[in-house]
Amino acid sequence: MEATEIKYQKHLAKDYKSENPVRWCPGCGDYAILTCLHKALAELNIEPHDTAVISGIGCSSRLPYYMNTYGFHSIHGRAAAIATGVKVANPRLSVWVTTGDGDSLAIGGNHFIHSIRRNVDINILLFNNKIYGLTKGQYSPTSSRGFVSKSSPFGTVEEPFRPAELCFGARGTFFARAIDVDMKNQVEVMVEAARHKGTSVVEVLQNCVIFNDGIHNKISDRNWKADNTVTLKQGEKMLYGKESDKGIVLDGWNLKGVTIGEEGYTLDDVLVHDATTRDNTLQLKLALMDTSEGLPVALGVIRNVDEPTYERDYEKQIEETQKNAPQKSFTEFLLKSSNVWEVK
Amino acid sequence: MPTNLVVTDIKQVTIRFSGDSGDGMQLSGTLFSTLSAIFGNEIATFPDYPAEIRAPQGSLHGVSGFQVRIGSKDVYNSGDKTDVLVAMNPAALKVNAQHLKKGSIVLYDTDSFQKKDLDKAQFSTQDPFTELNLEHVQPIGVTITSMTKASLAESGLENKEMLRSKNMFALGIVCWLFNRPLEIADKLLEQKFFKKPKLVEANIKALTDGYNYGNNIHLTASTYRIDPIESGKGFYTDVNGNTATAYGLIAAAEKAGVQLFLGSYPITPATDILQELVKRKDFGVKALQMEDEIAGITSSLGASFAGCLAATSTSGPGLALKSEALGLAVMTELPLVVIDVQRSGPSTGMPTKSEQTDLNQALYGRNGESPLVVMAAASPTDCFEGAFEASKIALEHMTPVILLTDGYIANGSSAWKIPVMSDYPDIKPPYVQNHFNGDAGEWKPFLRDEKTLVRYWGIPGTPKYMHRIGGLEKDQLTGVISSNPENHQQMVDIRKQKIENIAGFIPEQEVMGDEDADTLIVGWGGTYGHLLEASLRIRAKGKKIAFTHFRYISPLPRNSYELLKKYKKVIIAEQNNGQFADYLSSMFPDLKNFQKYNRIEGQPFKVSELIEEFTKTMEEK
Repeated sequence: MEATEIKYQKHLAKDYKSENPVRWCPGCGDYAILTCLHKALAELNIEPHDTAVISGIGCSSRLPYYMNTYGFHSIHGRAAAIATGVKVANPRLSVWVTTGDGDSLAIGGNHFIHSIRRNVDINILLFNNKIYGLTKGQYSPTSSRGFVSKSSPFGTVEEPFRPAELCFGARGTFFARAIDVDMKNQVEVMVEAARHKGTSVVEVLQNCVIFNDGIHNKISDRNWKADNTVTLKQGEKMLYGKESDKGIVLDGWNLKGVTIGEEGYTLDDVLVHDATTRDNTLQLKLALMDTSEGLPVALGVIRNVDEPTYERDYEKQIEETQKNAPQKSFTEFLLKSSNVWEVK
Repeated sequence: MPTNLVVTDIKQVTIRFSGDSGDGMQLSGTLFSTLSAIFGNEIATFPDYPAEIRAPQGSLHGVSGFQVRIGSKDVYNSGDKTDVLVAMNPAALKVNAQHLKKGSIVLYDTDSFQKKDLDKAQFSTQDPFTELNLEHVQPIGVTITSMTKASLAESGLENKEMLRSKNMFALGIVCWLFNRPLEIADKLLEQKFFKKPKLVEANIKALTDGYNYGNNIHLTASTYRIDPIESGKGFYTDVNGNTATAYGLIAAAEKAGVQLFLGSYPITPATDILQELVKRKDFGVKALQMEDEIAGITSSLGASFAGCLAATSTSGPGLALKSEALGLAVMTELPLVVIDVQRSGPSTGMPTKSEQTDLNQALYGRNGESPLVVMAAASPTDCFEGAFEASKIALEHMTPVILLTDGYIANGSSAWKIPVMSDYPDIKPPYVQNHFNGDAGEWKPFLRDEKTLVRYWGIPGTPKYMHRIGGLEKDQLTGVISSNPENHQQMVDIRKQKIENIAGFIPEQEVMGDEDADTLIVGWGGTYGHLLEASLRIRAKGKKIAFTHFRYISPLPRNSYELLKKYKKVIIAEQNNGQFADYLSSMFPDLKNFQKYNRIEGQPFKVSELIEEFTKTMEEK
């Protein structure tokens, strides 16, 4: 792709960096996510003082300390609810939530689904490393069945959540996926998430180098990445593979990964991605593609639909009410209410 | 008006409307108290209803009551016992029998005192009055049901709809009995049912017919007149505690020039605060019904971070769920008003009944050394002042404030002189840009005013003051996270001192009654009206007694120790097992003059019992 677009950038990525030394483990995937967020904000031209980054508890939630923006490192699981308050209070702010699979899908599950349902215009970066890192290695709600960890020495006997399913089930309007090591795609989806009006969920497949090293290897390793992932682009064919010779086609009700020119499949058979259809059936199927079923994991913006946002509709109600009933002082309001009598 | 009927002047009367939870007793009671307030009487109300929305008809546990005390003056509470009971069924009579004064009037619906009704209320005879030993009351049986039906025969309403106006027929009789002008009631009904003109018409008809019935047959030997109060000039309205609380928040936001935000979750008996504030979009109030109690407080804390006057409303079980987030508010030193409308506990307890059992939770219910401000409102109208002051303290001292009210004052109403806001103090939050003149270089998020120890408030959207806050301990100078031992000790001390310093900004504790008495009655919160009346009546008997009522609990007013020390006996009366008494003992361990008076029945104090107990204690050597 040619870089023809030249635009004025007010800020550089470094302007979003705080002075605090970053204290994640060496080699942690969080470093890359932090860098990408700096870059995305610079590209978005958002003033650092108009940006608020809210987090809960966990490794991911240390991120606000490393931002030269307004930041709030709160309590376990509650970031989405706090961010809702921030955004509704001041809709002009660009509000981000950095959170993990434990923080948002276990203890904070309720706030996660409800903020998505309300479609508050916040951007949730969900760092999914399928493990509890800060408490040193217990299984998380995204760990696969049978996963052995300090809190499941015999393997888990429970099914994991798939974040996309929760997001879609809560009627999410934006879902994207990226891998920590894929900086280019990550910056792109963060920018798209910020531009989307409503709750944006970006699942970042992140490596925990200490407690769950290599959990995403099948898709992040450069030897396998091309064949095991597909980067979806709006309006483009779903092609993947080192030679871009593979594609996603519809086979009855199911998706299928095929090689073009084999089994009679041609380029025409390959599906074209549309993230903007309100019906999310196909988008959900794309989001759930998995290598265990011979399908590449979908990256990029999978769903991106315009729906009214909570804070905007709330403001509209206020504007309309005030238009119909011009602003009064509190005393005037009481004097004009019913059941008022005067003692002379 | 009757010409040949005696009209007796009385100073006060207590009336209880009682029936099934679907009988409309709350409406009759509210109308009667509002019209009495508009007429010019002092009022105090006590809605006493079951948690069930519609319990089985005629059953004892389904009885819903609304008590109102009206008078020319000195109406401090809703009254112990009733002068008039309106009993729509035998269950209502049975449940309220113990609260009837000697000679009281019992107006009952004879149509619903048939055998099957008596059976439902577990009477074993056909004569409920004798069975309940109610020889001392005046029963007045009226065929309320059939007369209501006759009254509305031409209305075109269904039978079921007609029966719903029974409460209005009964109210009409009570209005006649107390010489209340029906015009006010008519106007109130028009407001209440303005979308359903047919119902307005039916209710006014039943009300008028009830009134005329009483008048025509001279139902009682005398009717009663309660003259209007001679209160201060001005405009009045009637208000319940929850509405007054909501108003206090609105008024404070207006004074501070900030937006009001409420994050809340429905819970009895606090829901009305949310329901009032969602209506107030004319003031730009942002009130959100969140997904749970935790989201209620955390969304508020987010809004506080973003510069709002932020509040959350709840009751005891909800406060328990909010504990962790309250700790975060303490740690981040953000302004937040938490309203706990206390109800009977523990656990779900008795949701519609009132008590004062959340004090310990408010004071101590958090992990870590976690000091904050605790206040308590004294009456329905005082909820306005309480919410205003709680907001002022929160915003100016950058701290969470818990305002304790309770179900009794939250649902009870009284006449309220409409406040003139120019008489109220300004609220000035410590905005960072006002103190550093845009020179952000020297500012750090936890730098403080040296005297008050209040940190400055930098609000997202303000250029130059970007900063990070959170639940982790931070360095007192740089604001960067720190686990340095000395620093933590100092931060613990600073947070404590910051709250204690607020004592310098609140009024001194005052004593009512005889300052030189041997005995001091101490109360706090919603029991004010009962304790005040008890102390006044003891004094009226020529005995010396002093009374003090605390609104500020943490920190205590600065003269508290000297005040409490002066008396030989200090009786601390509260609707719990002595939580305030124990708190005072822990604050002033050398004071040995405390005695406890505790009742935890989910019902208001009884003034007669208070007088008896206090007098006994006073007379003990």
